[in-house]
Amino acid sequence: MTEPVLEARALNKRFGAVVASDQVSLVLHSGEIHALIGPNGAGKSTLLKQLAGETASDSGEVFLSGQSLQGLDAVHRAKAGIARSFQISSIIPALTCEQNVLLSFEARERRIFRFFRPALGNLSSLEAASDYLLRVGLAGREGVIAAELSHGERRRLELAMVLALKPAVFLLDEPMAGLGPEGTGEIRSLLQDLRKEAPMLLVEHDMDAVFALADRISVLVYGKVIASGTPNEIKSNSAVQEAYLGDDI
Amino acid sequence: MLRSNLVNIAVIVLLVAYAVSGEMFDAPYNITLATKVAILGMAGAGLNLALGYCGLISFGHAAFFGLGGYVAGILAVHAFNHQPIFLGWSGTNQMIAIWVFALLATGLLALLIGLLSLRTSGVYFIMITLAFAQMLYYFAISWPSYGGEDGLSTYLRNGFPGLNTMDGMSFFMVCLAWLVFVLWLSSRIINSRFGLAMQAVRENPVRLAGLGVSPFRVKLTVFVLSGMITGIAGALYTDLNRFVSPSVLSWHMSGEIMILVIIGGVATLSGPVAGAMLFIFLEQWLGGLTEFWQFWLGLMLLLVVLFARGGIIGTLNRWRAS
Repeated sequence: MTEPVLEARALNKRFGAVVASDQVSLVLHSGEIHALIGPNGAGKSTLLKQLAGETASDSGEVFLSGQSLQGLDAVHRAKAGIARSFQISSIIPALTCEQNVLLSFEARERRIFRFFRPALGNLSSLEAASDYLLRVGLAGREGVIAAELSHGERRRLELAMVLALKPAVFLLDEPMAGLGPEGTGEIRSLLQDLRKEAPMLLVEHDMDAVFALADRISVLVYGKVIASGTPNEIKSNSAVQEAYLGDDI
Repeated sequence: MLRSNLVNIAVIVLLVAYAVSGEMFDAPYNITLATKVAILGMAGAGLNLALGYCGLISFGHAAFFGLGGYVAGILAVHAFNHQPIFLGWSGTNQMIAIWVFALLATGLLALLIGLLSLRTSGVYFIMITLAFAQMLYYFAISWPSYGGEDGLSTYLRNGFPGLNTMDGMSFFMVCLAWLVFVLWLSSRIINSRFGLAMQAVRENPVRLAGLGVSPFRVKLTVFVLSGMITGIAGALYTDLNRFVSPSVLSWHMSGEIMILVIIGGVATLSGPVAGAMLFIFLEQWLGGLTEFWQFWLGLMLLLVVLFARGGIIGTLNRWRAS
């Protein structure tokens, strides 16, 4: 078996009496979509924060392609190749779609501390930004101020920004939250496209999407991974059914 | 983009026209006022980079304005008295040399204040910047060698090669050149890649960190740049008045710079200049009518904050755009 792209070993996190992560271990292999499901408050978002370096773990370790990320903050983990999207679309509202993606692209190229030349003056960067917008279905929206986008478009803009980072790993926190059936379908095919770029840890509540996309599913309940396996294994796991899936499936 | 450029040019033209009218009608006081607008506008442009574009609400920019002012005053007084500062070097009365020292001193001060205060945000940041400026203010008051509470007179304006700086119009041109340079520099920076990151810091620092760019580094860079620009304005202010006193370090000064940025237009290029114009106009005109002109200034500030987001220039840009 090859080395996993992302590996978490025995992560713990407590907030006072609340256990958000309890000995969480998981692996993400190249080319795969690993879905993380669980009821509200199970600690899914906290786990993503721990992986992305926004929240320090009490104990445990995260490895990216075998390298420990111990002690690295969010900035350095992003530089190392962890790209994440947020539960609430995280974009820069005052900037245009094009500028948002450019910001991400130039950050990846380590060209942010350039003070004089116009950001919109580099043709190859502009072309790259347009390409990313095209891929997420925002072609022709380059000049629109991000604040004026619809909810669904914001989700896609954020994915374009994440894509422009050319990361080693995607951590996506509910990319379909708040979208109607049509929007969900579009994001679903977009995620199929993204998996060609890098493996993905996907937190999502939309079970149809999860079972259609995921190669592997881990179920988190009260901060503990109670089951991990292929979609079929998860469907037939009695503990999971009891804790989470209920009668829906 | 073109519209806002027209507005920017109109503001500068208005300022120049006012100074020229002073020259034509032999009203040197008008030139002094125009120079004051240019200097305060420049101080505001410095603050605007941090406050407007990067969301760093510094209530301590008087520290930079005042330090620039004291660097100019102290060096000039030593040169005037041929009195060594250290190692037998007795200051300078050349503006260019003074600017270099003012940039170094205010840059270092901004680095120091920034390193300590930029870890905080919101109200804490406002209070820490205020506290640093007040520390300097009380230090200046209690330091008798440079005038203490009474301030420091420099007698003559510092020199500039090829110019008689004691001539009001010549000195105005020096200040105008600085102002235009600072506005040009600001516009380059705002539109650069770094400018995108500045706006990202203001609106969504978590996202910026998630892109692998440290918001703290961006903020510190902006803060130092902002402080240096305001510091140069302070040095020019000493030359304008041929006098510097602790009042340029007080929180009133910080408030004044902030008010003219807000009235003129936060995050607009020429907003601070327009704000300085209105400020000086009110001070002169209303100040002549009533002792309580600042009451009306306060009322105006309230109206701008409540109803005219983007201040004078923001409103003009919107009005022209619609």
